[in-house]
Amino acid sequence: MPDLLLELFSEEIPARMQAKAADDLRRMVTDKLVAEGLVYEGAKAFATPRRLALTVHGIPARQPDLKTERRGPKMGAPDAAVQGFLKATGLNSLDEAKIQRDPKGDFYIALIEKPGRDAIDVLAEILPVIIRTFPWPKSMRWGARSAKPGSLSWVRPLHAITATFGPETEEPDVVKFSVDGIETGQTTYGHRFMAPAAINVRRFEDYEAKLKAAKVILDPQARKDIIFADAKELTFAQGFELVEDQVLLDEVSGLVEWPVVMMGSFEEEYLAIPEEVIRATIRNNQKCFVVRDAKTGKLTNKFVLTANIEAADGGKVIVSGNERVIRPRLSDAKFFYETDLKTKLEDRLPKFEQIVFHEKLGTQAARIKRIERLAAEIAPLVGADVAKATRAAHLAKADLLTEVVGEFPEVQGLMGKYYALAQGEDASVAAACEEHYKPQGPTDRVPTDPVSVAVALADKIDTLVGFWAIDEKPTGSKDPYALRRAALGVIRIILEQSDRISLTPIFQDAIALHIMRGSDAAFEDIVRIVRNPTPNPTFLRKKGGPIEADNLASLVGDLLAFFADRLKVQLREQGARHDLVDAVFALGGQDDLLMIVRRVEALGKFLDSDDGKNLLAGIKRASNILGIEEKKDKRAFDGAPDAALYGLAEEKALAKAIGEVKVEASAAVAREDFAAAMSAMAKLRPPVDAFFDKVRVNDDDPKVRENRLKLLNEIRSATRAVADFSKIQD
Amino acid sequence: MDASLPAHMRPERSFQGFILALQRFWAEQGCVILQPYDMEMGAGTFHPATTLRALGPKPWNAAYVQPSRRPKDGRYGENPNRMQHYYQFQVIMKPSPPNLQELYLKSLAAIGIDSAVHDIRFVEDDWESPTLGAWGLGWECWCDGMEVSQFTYFQQVAGFECAPVAGELTYGLERLAMYVQGVDRVYDLNFNGREGDAKVTYGDVFLQAEREYSKHNFEVADTAMLFEQFKMAEAACRKYLEAGWKDGKREAHLMALPAYDQCIKASHVFNLLDARGVISVTERQSYILRVRELAKACGEAWIHTEAGGAA
Repeated sequence: MPDLLLELFSEEIPARMQAKAADDLRRMVTDKLVAEGLVYEGAKAFATPRRLALTVHGIPARQPDLKTERRGPKMGAPDAAVQGFLKATGLNSLDEAKIQRDPKGDFYIALIEKPGRDAIDVLAEILPVIIRTFPWPKSMRWGARSAKPGSLSWVRPLHAITATFGPETEEPDVVKFSVDGIETGQTTYGHRFMAPAAINVRRFEDYEAKLKAAKVILDPQARKDIIFADAKELTFAQGFELVEDQVLLDEVSGLVEWPVVMMGSFEEEYLAIPEEVIRATIRNNQKCFVVRDAKTGKLTNKFVLTANIEAADGGKVIVSGNERVIRPRLSDAKFFYETDLKTKLEDRLPKFEQIVFHEKLGTQAARIKRIERLAAEIAPLVGADVAKATRAAHLAKADLLTEVVGEFPEVQGLMGKYYALAQGEDASVAAACEEHYKPQGPTDRVPTDPVSVAVALADKIDTLVGFWAIDEKPTGSKDPYALRRAALGVIRIILEQSDRISLTPIFQDAIALHIMRGSDAAFEDIVRIVRNPTPNPTFLRKKGGPIEADNLASLVGDLLAFFADRLKVQLREQGARHDLVDAVFALGGQDDLLMIVRRVEALGKFLDSDDGKNLLAGIKRASNILGIEEKKDKRAFDGAPDAALYGLAEEKALAKAIGEVKVEASAAVAREDFAAAMSAMAKLRPPVDAFFDKVRVNDDDPKVRENRLKLLNEIRSATRAVADFSKIQD
Repeated sequence: MDASLPAHMRPERSFQGFILALQRFWAEQGCVILQPYDMEMGAGTFHPATTLRALGPKPWNAAYVQPSRRPKDGRYGENPNRMQHYYQFQVIMKPSPPNLQELYLKSLAAIGIDSAVHDIRFVEDDWESPTLGAWGLGWECWCDGMEVSQFTYFQQVAGFECAPVAGELTYGLERLAMYVQGVDRVYDLNFNGREGDAKVTYGDVFLQAEREYSKHNFEVADTAMLFEQFKMAEAACRKYLEAGWKDGKREAHLMALPAYDQCIKASHVFNLLDARGVISVTERQSYILRVRELAKACGEAWIHTEAGGAA
């Protein structure tokens, strides 16, 4: 069966866009082929800086013929309907139509046969549409044609399109079409400098081979492999070790068609700069790898560059050129670092007065003050020294104003740690400058030092509460302030540290701190009002600030619900039963994440047992009956049942069991022994089963009926000691 | 490179020879070779030969040197390559020719950069000028890891779509010349290509100016006057724009260029104020927006002039 070769030859495509573009091209072409009834055998796409290429093999030469039936009017329908039917189906007369028998009246059916078209014609139709609608993240117009509306948009100017189609054994045909004046053909070009001449290609196999002969490695993975292997070998040969960097490797492989790896060096004096800064300088600005000494594990004064050319002089000029660029960069970095060391971190803080964190949430300085206070409140809960947590929060953001972080934002926090250590801060305080940003993502580690934990929680909770207060919550795919990440960070820190923290009072503290903006009221006074807002709601309005009295009441609950959602996502990713989170949250007053998870775990285990499954069924049955009867009588059946009205042994047994289980489960919950609480719950199962077996709830005596319904209600309330079972999915 | 050139005119020996080689190369490509615009500006893009001429349907090919003033980049002559005043070489071709990349590479060859021994690369760099309301896509061009030029296909200028699109090249002349001459300090550049007593360096020409202007820009520039000048330039720009509409109808404009001069002026005054550190972070944004509004209004006026394609 025939194969397709497609190449879109352009000016340099940004490295970061290449992989996705190749994937998009493959997906768009193959989806369209399948939609056209052309089921192919395989497809692969490639990208280099100057081309996107696609090979699809095993495409049928023709589309299958399509037979469709079209239902027409009933027999004896008015002539207009018949004529319309004939016209729409292309039949000459009703004689050519089939008649379908139907009890409601027979009707005409037209059999329409659509012969399949040649695949090459289909391709000529779909490929230009794909090119015109290609989803580049950013695209542009160019040249004389851009004077007219509707001219082609591409990532950079597109110069040539190769499109051939044909079976292996024959000379392929060009898929003929043109896009914005570019006619398809079978001519491409080699390496920009080493083999710029035109190349005539037939099909993928000779295309890839001819490109290789013309100094172009088509497959990005092959380029990566070459760079990686050569870089390792080059460094190893000199007793060094490459500092591996997958992201950089991806980028570098997108900047070259013919990778040539070389090693350069810089003056040893620059090794006095922190390694991360050297690496950031060399990596970000020069796209070069750094090199370690294999024995000491420390950076050496070497770097590995990847050129796009086998230079006539063996690369001497290129290496010395790169060295000449890296030298002043490192010189700048060293200067920045040394300049930074001359100023104490706290002396930078006044500048934050001028830097707005968010228009509605005040300056960075105000934010730092809030985090300091909040960290002090959290410190005792996580076993941190209050003074150290306060100090760490005080300094943690200061490195944002240093020269090095200004130049290399990715070393924020880390530089804070270095500068804090340099000015003799406590090791925990210094560590918190870096660690309080963690975890940055689901795979990042969480801080473990209690001081870091306190500041990390304070930082994230201040952010969450602030944006919740001004109603800037994440919606759908939009989360510009990374609030989901912040909440997940809080959850992971608390769970992985096994910290016992009630979130509600912490949220309230954070709210109070936001309210205090521009007010000289004492923190304690405001916290009191926040915890009990009813007596004086006008206070909040009068003081201004981000929080209105109206949303104060709902704020904590809202934010807790958001945490519950995040927790569910987190548990789902760990493969745990996330629906149980709802069952626990529905109890109300649940704001201790560790306890919630413990409860969920115990509940999950219980529900996996036979006792658990049957009890759940029993409880659901009780709930259903109650629901129906409550609706019927338009009343609730709460209140204690009357023991005098129990007529049957099963009733008495159940009532007794409920009484015992309630006490036992509540006591176990109070001890936070959720496993024991579940075992207690399990004792309910036999009497519940026996009750439903022998007792008719809707007794003829309305008093007995009411009493039995009250007993059912008691089951529900007894089980609420551990969870709201009605929220559990079967 | 032209082998018949006398040694002191060769681009790898002399800064002025280097500039002349570039001018000659682009003249041969059909560009008009303009002289620098006679106003202070932060980049060659501000020259009306780029900003305004990029708008409208008429073809336009030009090249020129533009002294660029970046008051904040002054280092009192102490930094080996940062200066508050330096030269950009600017090429604009509208519509962008299909072989603009090749022309660019040939221009490098003309100034002594041989693509057989150097590693020349086009690395993604999207260009945006918030003050000009302009953006484009293109690259920074690397030679052996050093950024030596900007290459941009203008998509929008002064808030208007470019139709057709112009291609813009900007060469950082000092940096390129340092590379070609093999010096690490800009002030060591040989300016006139002579040796011995006859040699004039870049430092001989500009070092004193760098020191003086750094002091002026950072320490002394009269901020009260500058604030006033900004307002005056802004008001003048608006006034000329208003007065330029022929017969008071918004159909033809007669004074886009004088109005645009005031926009350039406002932009430079803002840069000076910024260097003096008297503009806060939030104000900064609003000043940029004010300049952009002027630029947009000038662009609007320009497309109603003859050269802007109205007639």
